[in-house]
Amino acid sequence: MSDTPVTLPEHHYLNADYRLSSWLVTRDHKRIAILYLISITFFFVIGGIAATIVRLELMTAKADWVESETYNKLFTIHGITMIFFFLIPSIPTVLGNFLVPMMLGARDLAFPRLNLLSWYLFATAGILTMWAILAGGVDTGWTFYTPYSSTYSNSYVMATALGVFVSGFSSILTGLNFIVTTHLMRAPGLTWFRLPLFIWSMYAASLIMVLGTPVVALAILLVGLERMFGIGIFDPALGGDPLLFQHLFWFYSHPAVYIMVLPAFGVISELVACFSSRRPFGYAFIGFSSFAIAIIGFLVWGHHMFVSGQSVYAGMVFSMLSFLVAIPSSIKVFNWTATLYKASISYRTPMLYALGFIGLFTIGGLTGLFLATLAVDVHVHDTYFVVAHFHYIMVGGTVMAYLGGIHFWWPKMTGRMYPESWARFSAILIFVGFNLTFFPQFLLGYLGMPRRYHVYPEEFQVLNVMSSAGASILAVGYVFPVTYLIWSLRYGEPAPANPFGHTGLEWTTQSPPKTHNFDTVPIVEREAYDFLPEDTDRKIDEEQEVELV
Amino acid sequence: MSDAAVLPAHHFETHEQQRLAGEVGMWLFLVTEFMFFGGLFLAYFIYRNWYPVEFVEGGHTMDSVLGAINTGVLLTSSLTMALAVHAAEQSERRRTLWLLIATMVFGTIFLGVKAYEYHHKYEEGLMPFLAPEVWQPDRRGLATFLHLYFLMTGVHAFHMVIGIGALAILARWTTQGVTLGPRSLVVHNVGLYWHFVDLVWVFLFPFFYLVA
Amino acid sequence: MNNDFRWMPEQASSISSEVDAVYYFLVIVSAVLTVLIAGLIVYFAIKYRRGSPADRSTGTTHFYAIELTWIILPFLLTLVMFFWGAHVYLKQTRPPASAMQFQCVAKQWMWKIQHPQGNAEINELHVPLDQPIAIRMISEDVIHSFYVPAFRVKQDVLPGRYTTIWFQPTKVGSYHLFCAEYCGAKHAEMRGTVHVLEPSQYQEWLNQKLATSSTSAAPSLLSELRCTSCHLNGDRPGRAPSLAGLFGRRVVLNNGQTVIADETYIRESILRPAAKIVTGYTPLMPSFEGQVNEEQILQLIREIKQLPRDVTAPSKEDSMSDAEESNP
Repeated sequence: MSDTPVTLPEHHYLNADYRLSSWLVTRDHKRIAILYLISITFFFVIGGIAATIVRLELMTAKADWVESETYNKLFTIHGITMIFFFLIPSIPTVLGNFLVPMMLGARDLAFPRLNLLSWYLFATAGILTMWAILAGGVDTGWTFYTPYSSTYSNSYVMATALGVFVSGFSSILTGLNFIVTTHLMRAPGLTWFRLPLFIWSMYAASLIMVLGTPVVALAILLVGLERMFGIGIFDPALGGDPLLFQHLFWFYSHPAVYIMVLPAFGVISELVACFSSRRPFGYAFIGFSSFAIAIIGFLVWGHHMFVSGQSVYAGMVFSMLSFLVAIPSSIKVFNWTATLYKASISYRTPMLYALGFIGLFTIGGLTGLFLATLAVDVHVHDTYFVVAHFHYIMVGGTVMAYLGGIHFWWPKMTGRMYPESWARFSAILIFVGFNLTFFPQFLLGYLGMPRRYHVYPEEFQVLNVMSSAGASILAVGYVFPVTYLIWSLRYGEPAPANPFGHTGLEWTTQSPPKTHNFDTVPIVEREAYDFLPEDTDRKIDEEQEVELV
Repeated sequence: MSDAAVLPAHHFETHEQQRLAGEVGMWLFLVTEFMFFGGLFLAYFIYRNWYPVEFVEGGHTMDSVLGAINTGVLLTSSLTMALAVHAAEQSERRRTLWLLIATMVFGTIFLGVKAYEYHHKYEEGLMPFLAPEVWQPDRRGLATFLHLYFLMTGVHAFHMVIGIGALAILARWTTQGVTLGPRSLVVHNVGLYWHFVDLVWVFLFPFFYLVA
Repeated sequence: MNNDFRWMPEQASSISSEVDAVYYFLVIVSAVLTVLIAGLIVYFAIKYRRGSPADRSTGTTHFYAIELTWIILPFLLTLVMFFWGAHVYLKQTRPPASAMQFQCVAKQWMWKIQHPQGNAEINELHVPLDQPIAIRMISEDVIHSFYVPAFRVKQDVLPGRYTTIWFQPTKVGSYHLFCAEYCGAKHAEMRGTVHVLEPSQYQEWLNQKLATSSTSAAPSLLSELRCTSCHLNGDRPGRAPSLAGLFGRRVVLNNGQTVIADETYIRESILRPAAKIVTGYTPLMPSFEGQVNEEQILQLIREIKQLPRDVTAPSKEDSMSDAEESNP
C-alpha cells in the first residue's frame, strides 16, 4: 500500500472524448449508464414535484391547493413517472449497465448499439410523456383501468400510453442485453457460482423484463385502439370485458415490482458483503431465491384483483401463491442478517443505506402478507394501506438501495469520493423522513381512507398532517445527495481503485475505468467474496490503495 | 475473400462468441414476440367463448380460399428463406440473393392479398371501427370478431413489412458479399424472425378463416 | 357520525371483529419479526463492528439446517395466515339465504340504492340492525367500488355485470360509504352514509318513505316497454317464452344447454336477446340496449320476480342463490 496521494488516472472513459457528439453516439456501456443517470434523475425530480403538491394538498381535508381534476392528474403523473421512468430503469440501467460487463470481466455488453438504442427509446418515451403532461396531463391513474381510460377520460391518454409503450421496448432491450452477456461473456474461470450476487439478481430481473413487458405493451396498445377506434375489447358498452384489461395489465405490473426490487437485492448483497468483509451467508440460497421470486412472481397477479369481480376460487389460488413468493424474499433478509454474525462491520454510508433497506424492506414485505391475506385485503384494498406498503418497498427498498449503490460505486464511476459525513447525515435524514411519511399511512388505510382522494373526512387529518410533515423531511433529505454528489465531481477526493476493499472484478480496474475496461482479459481463480481472514480487522483508509492479493 | 482477417467486434473475444450472442439474442427477442402475440390470442379465446355464435358468423365473412392461398404463399416463403440461409452459409452469393428476393416477392404477394381482403371488407361495410354508430348493439360480437381480425392480422402484417424491409437490406448486403460464410449469422437471424412471423399466421389462419 | 380521531375503525358488522382478529395476528407476527431482525442487526452491528474484540473464529458461510429452518417455519406461518384469511373471506363473500335483497346502481359520481320494498335512496342507505343485507350492484359507466370500512367489506361495481356485497350490521350508528375505485374527477366526493337503525326505527322510517313515495303508483315497466305484448300474452302463447314464474327456473336453450333464469340471464336477454334462444323459439326479440338503463333493468327484474307463477310450470326448487353470479 502506498502513501502517496491518490490522483485521477490520465486516460479514462470520461475524458476519452469531450465532445457532446461523442456522448450521443457512444457505445460505451459506462457512458450509456451516465446518460441514464442524468435522465432518470430528471424524472425523479418531476415525480417528486408532483408528490410534493399531492402531500401539500392532503394536509387539509378540503381542496385548498388544487381542484380535483388537477389532483387526479398529479397522482397519475407521479405514478407513471416514478414507476416507468425512474424505478424500473434505475438500478438496471445505471448500475447494471455500468457494472454488468465489468463484473463479468468483459469489455462491453453483448450488443452495445442496442444498448444505445435502449437509451434513445427511453429518452423519446420520456419526451412524449413530458409533452403529454405539459399539454394538459393524464388523469387515469398509472393503472389505466378501463373503461375509464379507454372511453371516459378526457385527458392525454394516448400520448402517455404511447410514451409508456415505447419505454417498454427500452426495458426489453436492456434485459435482453444482460441475459446474453451473462451467458456468453463471462471471463475465463468465472463460473456461475463465482459470480457476484448482483449479477444473479440482474439476470433474474432481466428475465422478467423480457417476458413481462410485451404483455403490458399489448394492454396499453389495446387501450389506445379502443380509445381511437372504439373496438370493443375493454368497454362493456362496446361488448368488451374491463377485467381483461386488469388481467393483462397486472400480469406484467406485478412482476414489474420485482424488476424494481430484485436489482436492489443485488446491490444490498454487495454492500452487506463488502462492509462486513464477509461472503454473504448462504450464497447459493440468495442466488436461487432471485430466480424463485422471478418465477413465482409471474403467478400472483390476481392478488391485485381480489375484489374486482374475479372468482373467489381464483382469489384463493392467487392468495396462496402470494404467500409463497414471500418466502424467497425472507430468505434474503435472514441471510443478510446472518452475514453480520462474526463479521467485521464498517459504517460507511453505503452500509447505512443497506441496513436501512433491510429494516424497511422487512416492514414492506411483511405488510405485503397483510395484502395477500384475503380477509384483510377486502378491507384495505385501494386504501392508503396499499400506498404505504408499496412505498416501503419502492422507496424504503429500491430507492435506498439505489442511493446506497450510487454512493458505493461513485468512486469507480467518477474517480471521486463523496463527502462521508454529509452522506451519512443524509442517509439518516432520509430514513427518518421516510418512516414519518409512510408509517402513518398504514393506520390511515386500515381506518378506511381510500387511495386517490384529495378530500377526505375530518378524522383522517391528523395522520395526513403527520405524513406530509415527514414528506418535507424526506424531500430535504433527497436534495443533499444530489447536491454533494455534483459537488464531488469537482471537489471530491480522488478515489483509489478499491476504496472500500471489496472483491469483484470491477474493483481491479482504475477509478474511473478505461473505455475498454480491462487491458487484458482477467482470469478468475478465486471464489466470490474471497475476503481473506486477515482483512477482517483491516482499517480501510480512504487515501490508501487496497490491493487484492 | 480472406475471412480469417475479419476480426470479431471489439468487445468479443472470438467469432464463435459473437455468433452465439447474436443467435441467443434473436431467440430472446422472439420470446418477447411470443408473449405479445400470446396476449392477443388470449383476448381472442376469451371473446370466442363469450360470442360463439357471432364468431362463427364472422368466420363466414372470410374467404377461406384466399386465406389458404396466403398460407401456402407464406409457407413457400419460409422455404425460400430457409434455402437462402443455407446458401448464405455455403457462401453462394447469387443463390442467396435470388432466394432472398423470392422470399420478398412471396411476402409482398401475401400483403397484396391481405390488402385486397381488407378492401373487400371495407366495401362490404365490415369495418365496424369506421362507423361504430351503425353497428347495432346486438352485432357487438361480430364487431369484436372483426376488430380482432383487423388487429391481429394488422399487427402480423406490420411484422411482415418489417421483415420484408430487413430482407431488402440483406439483399443489398449480399450484393456486397458481406452476408456470406462466417458472416451469414445475420441471414440466419432474419430467417428465425421470418419463420416466427410465418408461424403466427399458421395459427391466425384457422382461428379466423376456419372458425365455421 | 363520530368524527373523532381514532386508531382503529369502528366494528359495526358481524364480520368486523373477525377481520380485525386476523389483522391483529398479522400485526403481532410482523412486530415480532421486525423487532427480531432489527434487534439482531443492531446487536451484530455493534458487537462485530470493525476493530471490536469479539470472537470471529467460527463464522460460517452457510448452514443448511438453519437455512431450511427459516424457510420451513415462515412457510408454516404463511399457511396459517392463508387458511385463516380464506376462511373469513368465504364468510365475507357468501351472503346467507335470509339476506334482504337490495339493489344499487353506481354512476359518476353517486350511489342509487333501492330497498326491496321499492323505495330508493341516493348516497344514503338505511338498514335495520342485525339483519343480513345483500346488495346487487352494477355501474352505469366506469368501475366503482362499494366500501364501508366499519363493516370491513368492499366490492368493485362493474359496468356490464352484476356483483354482490353483503353485511350484517351489529351496531346502531352512521358509517362512511366510500367509492374505492378511482372513477374520475369526483371520485373522492362519491361518498355516502350507511345508517343502521333499530328494527323498529327502521320500520318507522320505511313506512314513512313508502307512504310519501310514488313507488306503488309507478306504472309497470313491463307494460310500458311492451314486454307483455309478446311475453305475457296468455291467450296467444308461442311467440315468446312466458315470463310468469320464469325467475329461478331452469331454461333449455336451442343448443341443448340448460341455464338458470337468474338476474344475469334476464339482463343479457334484454340487452342481447340473440345470445341465448330458448328451445322452440326463434330470434325475434329486438335488443333494448341504449333504451333502458341499469336502473330500469333492475326494475324489470324486480317486476318479473313478482309475477304470479303459472301453476303448470315446474317449481323453483332448483333455483340458484343470489350469492353466485354467472358470467354473461
